[in-house]
Amino acid sequence: MTILDPADLQAVWLTLKLASVSTLLLLLIATPLAWWLAQSGKWYKGAVAAVVALPLVIPPTVLGFYLLLLMGPHGVVGDLTTALNLGRLPFTFAGLVVGSVLFSLPFAVQPIQNAFESMGRRPLEVAATLRANMWDRFVSVALPLARPGFLTAIILAFAHTVGEFGVVLMLGGNIPGETRVLSVAIYNHVEAMEYGPAHWLAGGMVLFSFIVLLSLYLVGGKLWRVSK
Amino acid sequence: MSWIRAHLKMQLDSFALDAAFSAPPVGVTALFGPSGSGKTTLLRCIAGLERAQGSLHVNGELWQDEKTFMPVHRRPMGYVFQEASLFPHLSVRANLEYGLKRIPQAERKVQLEQVAEWLGLSRLIDRRDPAQLSGGERQRVAIGRALLTSPRILLMDEPLSALDTTSKQEILPYLERLHRELNIPVLYVSHALDEVARLADHLVLLEKGRVIASGALGETLARLDLPTAHFDDAGAVIEAVVAQHDEKYHLSKLDFPGGHLWVGKVEQPFGTGVRARVLARDVSIATQAPQGSSINNILNARIEEIRDEGPDKVIVRMQVGDANMLLSRITRRSRDHLGLVAGMYVCAQVKSVALM
Repeated sequence: MTILDPADLQAVWLTLKLASVSTLLLLLIATPLAWWLAQSGKWYKGAVAAVVALPLVIPPTVLGFYLLLLMGPHGVVGDLTTALNLGRLPFTFAGLVVGSVLFSLPFAVQPIQNAFESMGRRPLEVAATLRANMWDRFVSVALPLARPGFLTAIILAFAHTVGEFGVVLMLGGNIPGETRVLSVAIYNHVEAMEYGPAHWLAGGMVLFSFIVLLSLYLVGGKLWRVSK
Repeated sequence: MSWIRAHLKMQLDSFALDAAFSAPPVGVTALFGPSGSGKTTLLRCIAGLERAQGSLHVNGELWQDEKTFMPVHRRPMGYVFQEASLFPHLSVRANLEYGLKRIPQAERKVQLEQVAEWLGLSRLIDRRDPAQLSGGERQRVAIGRALLTSPRILLMDEPLSALDTTSKQEILPYLERLHRELNIPVLYVSHALDEVARLADHLVLLEKGRVIASGALGETLARLDLPTAHFDDAGAVIEAVVAQHDEKYHLSKLDFPGGHLWVGKVEQPFGTGVRARVLARDVSIATQAPQGSSINNILNARIEEIRDEGPDKVIVRMQVGDANMLLSRITRRSRDHLGLVAGMYVCAQVKSVALM
């Protein structure tokens, strides 16, 4: 068996970094979005929910293709980032983050939204009668009661980003240290018939995923059941 | 001046709520009506949990009118829901302290220990998980949690209806105690007449979203034009004081203006106020004082009004003394046989008295 070379380790590190940054951003975006979807009675709520759920059904390559166009030299987002002196996003780590966030959005929004919806209006009403203002109610009641939903969202978003391939390939290509994540590295090894390192990386990914899930189930068992 | 003045309107699925009422600044005002009469909705509107049209003044303070709407968390009230709705992620103590922490120090009129003592919670306060409490215990914690915000009014939405009979019996004495010891007016939603007769001082009667009557409990329950007089457990309420104990026969005498009632021994000192409920079906009428009757309580009464109630029954309202009313449900045949009419003096035979 071949030991992993520094390039592979770099890919592992990059993948973890991408997944962490994306998950963090997803939490920041998905929480208010899920709250709004759970609370709102607006007529266009259905349309918003459908757009959020789109990445579940469209192929990653399609999503990546459109993102590439949007963020490229002739795209709206591309013009914007250029105007802001940020350069263009495709083939950069930042571009991957944008792609991952969009791609994993439903996996973060839906568990949180479900958690908000399943707690019902009552706990928030109770908090209001106990003098808590809206922000206070959200922080002191809604967030803690939705903890199982957040945990699920974190796991799903993180795992989904780690395993992503199509969007990365369309959007980020294969630049070592910048956009070459694990899944791409494995693909490269297989293309080059280097099954040894491919095994190491693929097997490591399986083991890592299993350990993450297992530890969450074991350690977080109580957290999952916090609200019945 | 009334403490609460409300005229609230709201379109609901099945009917329109259009309720105008006022309530006194003391005691318990019951919002009473059948299921679907809008009483819970009305209470939620008063709390600001539903947004109704109209106006609402509490204690001279404007809570709502066409232009203003005071948000729920600004209204100085306590609200007890039908289910205890304790926060599952907080300990019992943290539940109790939730509202307490959110009001300024200067406005805190009651302390945690005090409320815990009142509601018999001292033993429960250090439990971590509120889910382990019994139904009655949970509801007591919910009441304590509301009281700790030092509310100027307490709104209670059928706080007993989700409980089994045992828990109900366990919690009622606490409610009565609050009633006696706390000087906060209470709005109490209920569809159970016995609960209302036990706890309320003032009655607001709702039907299909409208207030059909409002007044002092005793007077209102004795009105034959209202549906409450025609319930199976219709009856009168008499406020009396413990006057005498008969140790030999284990009985107590309760005095009220206009007469007295002998009841099973009350373990209370002389002068204690008690509320007695006499059901219409437990009162029979004689035109002369009966001889050789086993019935202990025979009161002189004057017939005020008689109303037909179905094909075979009539309900009779009688006045005892200057202020107290009695209801009696008898057959139409008895009425005709005895020739009962309004204005007649009769003997009301009371077969049983329930102490509240």
